[in-house]
Amino acid sequence: MKFISARRRNPFVAVLLLVAALGAVGITFSAVSNIQPAQASLGTQTQVEDGKKLYLEGCSSCHGLDAQGSMNGPTLIGVGAAAVHFQVSTGRMPLAAPGAQATAKEPIYDVEEVAAMSAYIASLAPGPAIPTSEDLDYSNADVAEGGVLFRINCAQCHQAAGQGGALTQGKYAPNLMQATPQEIYEAMVTGPQSMPVFSNETLPIKDKQAVTAYIMALQEAPSPGGLSLGRLGPVAEGLFMWVAVFAAFIGAAVWIGIKAR
Amino acid sequence: MNEITPMSDENGEVGNDGHSHAPAKLGYSPVAEIPHRLRVTDTDPKAARRAERQVASMFTLSMVFIILSVVAYVTIDKFAVVYIPVLGEVGASNVVLGLTFGIAVFLIGAGAIQWAKKLMPDVEVVQERHDMVSEKEDDNLAAANYERGREESGFARYKMIRRSLLGAMALLPIPIIVVLRDLWITPPGENPTEILSTTLWTKGKRIVSDGTYLPVRPEDLPVGGLVSALPEGILEVQEEEHNLNARGKAAIILVRMDPEQIRSQQGEGWDYNGILAYSKICTHVGCPIALYEQRTHHLLCPCHQSTFDLADSGAVIFGPAARNMPQLPISVDEEGYLISTQDFAVPVGPSFWERDRT
Amino acid sequence: MSTTTDHPVEQVGGATAKYVDQRLGSNKFLGRNLGKVFPDHWSFMLGEIALYSFIVVLLTGTFLTFFYNPSMVEVVYNGSYVPLKGVQMSEAYASSLNISFEVRGGLLIRQMHHWSALIFVAAMAVHMFRVFFTGAFRKPREFNWLVGVGLTALALGAGFTGYSLPDDLLSGTGLQIIRGILQSIPLVGTWAAFLVFGGEFPGTDIIPRLYAAHILLIPGIILALITVHLMMVWTQKHTQFPGPGRTNTNVVGYPLLPVYMAKAGGFFFIVFGIIALIGGLVTVNPIWIFGPYTPDQVSAGTQPDWYIGWLDGALRLMPNWESVIAGFTISWNVLIPSVVIPGILFTGLALYPFLEAWATGDKREHNLLERPRNAPVRTGIGVAAIVFYGILWIGGGNDVIAAAFSLSFNVLSWALRIGLIILPPIAFLITKRICLGLQRKDREKLLHGYESGRVLRLPHGEFIEVHQPLNYKELAVISAKDDLPVLPAPVKVDADGVRNPNYRVDQLRHKLSSFFLRDNIERPTDAEIEAGQAHAAHSAALEAPLHDYEELDQDPVGHGGVLHHPGMPMTNQEQVDQKQ
Repeated sequence: MKFISARRRNPFVAVLLLVAALGAVGITFSAVSNIQPAQASLGTQTQVEDGKKLYLEGCSSCHGLDAQGSMNGPTLIGVGAAAVHFQVSTGRMPLAAPGAQATAKEPIYDVEEVAAMSAYIASLAPGPAIPTSEDLDYSNADVAEGGVLFRINCAQCHQAAGQGGALTQGKYAPNLMQATPQEIYEAMVTGPQSMPVFSNETLPIKDKQAVTAYIMALQEAPSPGGLSLGRLGPVAEGLFMWVAVFAAFIGAAVWIGIKAR
Repeated sequence: MNEITPMSDENGEVGNDGHSHAPAKLGYSPVAEIPHRLRVTDTDPKAARRAERQVASMFTLSMVFIILSVVAYVTIDKFAVVYIPVLGEVGASNVVLGLTFGIAVFLIGAGAIQWAKKLMPDVEVVQERHDMVSEKEDDNLAAANYERGREESGFARYKMIRRSLLGAMALLPIPIIVVLRDLWITPPGENPTEILSTTLWTKGKRIVSDGTYLPVRPEDLPVGGLVSALPEGILEVQEEEHNLNARGKAAIILVRMDPEQIRSQQGEGWDYNGILAYSKICTHVGCPIALYEQRTHHLLCPCHQSTFDLADSGAVIFGPAARNMPQLPISVDEEGYLISTQDFAVPVGPSFWERDRT
Repeated sequence: MSTTTDHPVEQVGGATAKYVDQRLGSNKFLGRNLGKVFPDHWSFMLGEIALYSFIVVLLTGTFLTFFYNPSMVEVVYNGSYVPLKGVQMSEAYASSLNISFEVRGGLLIRQMHHWSALIFVAAMAVHMFRVFFTGAFRKPREFNWLVGVGLTALALGAGFTGYSLPDDLLSGTGLQIIRGILQSIPLVGTWAAFLVFGGEFPGTDIIPRLYAAHILLIPGIILALITVHLMMVWTQKHTQFPGPGRTNTNVVGYPLLPVYMAKAGGFFFIVFGIIALIGGLVTVNPIWIFGPYTPDQVSAGTQPDWYIGWLDGALRLMPNWESVIAGFTISWNVLIPSVVIPGILFTGLALYPFLEAWATGDKREHNLLERPRNAPVRTGIGVAAIVFYGILWIGGGNDVIAAAFSLSFNVLSWALRIGLIILPPIAFLITKRICLGLQRKDREKLLHGYESGRVLRLPHGEFIEVHQPLNYKELAVISAKDDLPVLPAPVKVDADGVRNPNYRVDQLRHKLSSFFLRDNIERPTDAEIEAGQAHAAHSAALEAPLHDYEELDQDPVGHGGVLHHPGMPMTNQEQVDQKQ
C-alpha cells in the first residue's frame, strides 16, 4: 500500500483524511442502516402482511395480484428479497413512466416499507436474499483482483471507470459512482433489467467483495492528472481540446494580431 | 489585378515617430495607402517606460515561476493529493508542476508579444514579390546545361544503357519488400488460414470461468446468467507461448436462457439445458463482446454497435457485422462440468479473404 | 526603441555575425532575409500552432523514451498504484504506469505529449481549412498543398502509433480493430495482418514495431516534410488577404526582424505554455483506469483519439455488406469505411488544386487570397466535405452521445446514415447561396456605398436612405474580387470543317467551368465603382449640412423637423408640425 502510505506525509493529506474519514463514516452508516432490513428479512409474519398490503397498493397493477406477472410486468415469484430491495430502494420501482428502462430516482418507500415488501416477495418462493453485513464486508478484499474481475465482467457495459454506457434501443448500463456495496451485490445476484445474473457460484462472494472494493476505489479515487473530464475517454478529451484549448489558442492569435493602442 | 485608388485620408504620412526611417535598401518601405496611427507608447515617453517595465516584469515573473517549479519538483510528494475547486481531488505534483512551468513559459511568450506590440515599430511595410519563374537568362543556362549533360552522357544515344539502367532501378526496391517477408517467421507447416480457423477448444475440453479459472457446472449458471469463460489450461498455454494469442481466439461467453426461448442454434443440440456458448470475439473487426442483455438475449459490441441475437443462432440484428457470432457446442463431462464437444465450426473473429475456403 | 549607436550588445552581435560570415558567407542570406516581410493575420498563425505543438511533441516524447519500455513481455506489476498491484501486464504498460506514478513530472510530460499530439492534428486540420477556403493552394503553391496533405496523413499515423504504445485496454482494442481492417484487404489481407503483427494477434512484436515507427520513421519524415513546407513558404513568400496597398505582386506586413520574430517566437512560448497548463490541469488518457490489455476484455465507450474518430464512425455507420466471390470473402463492411473512404478523401484532397485549376482554366499566379464568398463552389465543396467528415466523426462517438443524452444509438445511427448521404449536398447548396448573397451585397456596396441605416427626408418631402462611401480598407477588400469567365463551349467541327479531337474533354471542361463560375456575381468596373462611391459620398454630403438644423429643431422660428432617425423620439417641433 505504498501509494496510500506515501501520501500520508503530505500536509494536504490532512484534508483528504478528513474527507476519507467522513466518507467512511457515511459508508458505515449507510451499511449499518441497510443491515436492519437484512436482519428483519428473516420475515416476521407482520412484515409479510404489511408487505403484501403495500404490494397490492403499489405493485400489483403491473406484477399481478399474486405477483404472477402480467402484460405490463414480469412475475416476481422467486426473484427474492434482494431484487425487491434493489429495485425499490433505488427508486427504480415503482416505474415512473414507461420507457426503455427503469431509471434510479428518489425512492418512494422508506426503509421499513421496503423491508416489508421484500419479506412478502421472499415469502412467495425462495430467491436471492438480502446480503448480510458479512457478505458486504470488502475490507479484506483484494482491490487489484477486483479490478481484473471488473474488467472481465463489468467494464464492457459499465465502462472501465464505471461511468456507464449505452445498450441497445436507448437502454443503458448505469453509472456506478453512487452505487453502494449493497446495491452492487444485489444487482449482481439478481440481474436487474438488462443486466445478466452473476450468481454466487460463478462469481463467489469473495470475488463479489473484490469487485465491490474496486468500484469503491474508483468512486474514491483522486485524479492524479488533474480535471478528470468525467473519465469518459477520448470523446470527452477531444471535445475539451476542440472547445477549450482551441479557444485559448485562437484568442491568443487574435490578441497578437490586434494593434496596440 | 485592378487597382482602385482608395478614399485615402490625407494624414497618411509615416515616419514622424522616429522608428520607420526604413531606407529603401532594406528592401521594404511603409505602405503608402495605410494611414499610420501613433500608439500611446509612440507619443508618451511615460507610457513607453510603463510598457518596458511591463515586459520586463513578465520575463522576471517567468524566472520566479521556473524557480517555483523546481521547488515544487523537490518538495511535493509525488503521491500527494490536493483538493482544488472545479478540478476536484487531483495529484498535487502534476498540477503544481504544470501550473508553474506553464505560467513561466506563457509569460515569456506574452512578454515577447507585448514587446513587439507596444515597443517595436507597428508600421506596416510593403515589399515587392518576385515571380517564381526564373529569369530568361537562368532559364537558358539551365536548358543549355541540361542539353550538354544529355549530350555528354549519351543518355539519348545509348538506348541499351538507358533501358537497362531504368530496369535496374525498377528492380532495386524488390529486395526491400522481399525482406519484409520474415516480419512473421512462419513456423513450418503453418499458414494463416489454418491458424485463424483453430482454437484451443477440442472435444471434452473443460470450460473455466475467466478471472477465477474454476470449471463451471451447469447448475452454477442461473437463467439470465453470464460467464466469460476460457478453455481449461489456458494459463499454461500462455506461459508456454509467451503471448495472449490463444486467449484472443478461445474466449467465449456462456449464457443461460429458458430453453423455450431459444429459437435456433447453429447446430442441433449445441446448447446444454439452455446454456449456450458463443465466441467472445466480434465477427466485425474483433472486439471482445460481452454486453449481454439478459431480457432480450441481445449481445452488443461496444466498439461499433453490432448487435447479435443469441436466442437466434447469434444472428446479426443491427450494425456493421456481417456474420453470426460463432457458437461453440457444449455438453457436460462425467463429473458434471461443462465441456466443449468440438472446436468452433467456423473461424472466430473478423472475416478474411480465405475464410470461406476452410 | 533604443537609439544608442554603440551598445555593447550590438557590438557582440556584429562581431559574431562577422565571425560566422567569414566561415559560411551567411551575411549574404541574412542581409537579404532579415528584413523579409511577413503578412499579419490571426488565421496565419494556425499553421504555427501545428508547428509549435509538434515541437512540444518532440521535446516531451524524447523525455518519455528515457522511461518507456516497448516490450510485450508479461510482468507482474509491483509499482505504487494499488488497484493494479500484482496484476499481469506487459512491460510496455508497466513502464507507462511508472512514468505516470513513479517518475516525478512524468505524468505531466505524458499528458503534455498526448494533449499536444491532439492539438497538432487539430491545428493542421484548421490550418488546412484556412488554406482551402482562401484559395491559398492555388498556383504557385500546389506543391506545398501536397506536402501539407502528406503531413496530415503522417500525423494520423504518428497519433495512432502513439495511442497504441501504452498497451492499455483502449490502445489494445484499437490494434485489434487494425488487425480486423488489415484482414479485410482482398487477396493479401490475411498475410498482411500476420506480417504486421508478427503472427497471430496480438503476438509480441507489434508494440516494438509501432515504437520504431512512432519515434523514428514517422517523426523523421514529418520533420523533413515540415522543413520542405517552411522552405517553400519562405521562397514563395506568404499569401496575404486583400487590403489597402496589397496587390498580387507585393507583400504587406512586418519585417522578420524584429516584429515577426518576436510575435512568432512569442506565440511559440504561448502555445507551449498553454499545453503545459492543460497538461497540468486536465487529465488525458488515464491509462491506469483502463487496465492492461488482454484480447478478451473491453470497456464500454471504446473510442480512438479524435482524429481517428471519423474512421471509427465510418466503421460504425457502414451497412453489414459482405460477399463471397468464387469462394473468397470480401468484407465490404470493413473495406469501404476503413480503406476506400479515407483513400478517396485523401486523394480528393491531394488532387483538388489541380482539378480546380483545370476546371476553371485558371493558370495565373495568386498571391492575394480569395475571400471564401468569391469562390462559392469551392467554399460549398469545402463545407460539404466538412459536414461529411463531421457526421462520420459524430458517428464515432454515437454510443457516448447516446448515453449522455439518453438517446437510442440505433436511432442515432440511422439518422447519421441518412444524414451522411443527404446533408453534404444540402450544405453545399446552402453555402453556395449564402456566398452568392454576400457577393450581391458586396456589389451593392461597390455601386451604392454603405447603407448607413439613416433615412433622410429631403426638403421637398422625399425620403432617401443615406448611403456612405466605403472606407478605404473595405473598398480595397471588396474591390479585390477577381472574376474569371466561363470557358467557352467547344465546337465539334470548326468553320474549316476540321474536327476538334479534344471535343469531349473540352466539353467536360466547359461544363465544369460553368459549374464553378456561372453563378458568379460580376464585379462592377472600376469606373462604375468610382461613380458609385462618388454618388454615395454625395448622398452623405447631403446629410451633413442637415445636421446643423438639428440644433435649430429647438428653435421655434426655425423650420426644423427635417431629420428623422427611425426609432428616435420626435422632436418638440416635429410634434408641433404634425398637429398643424
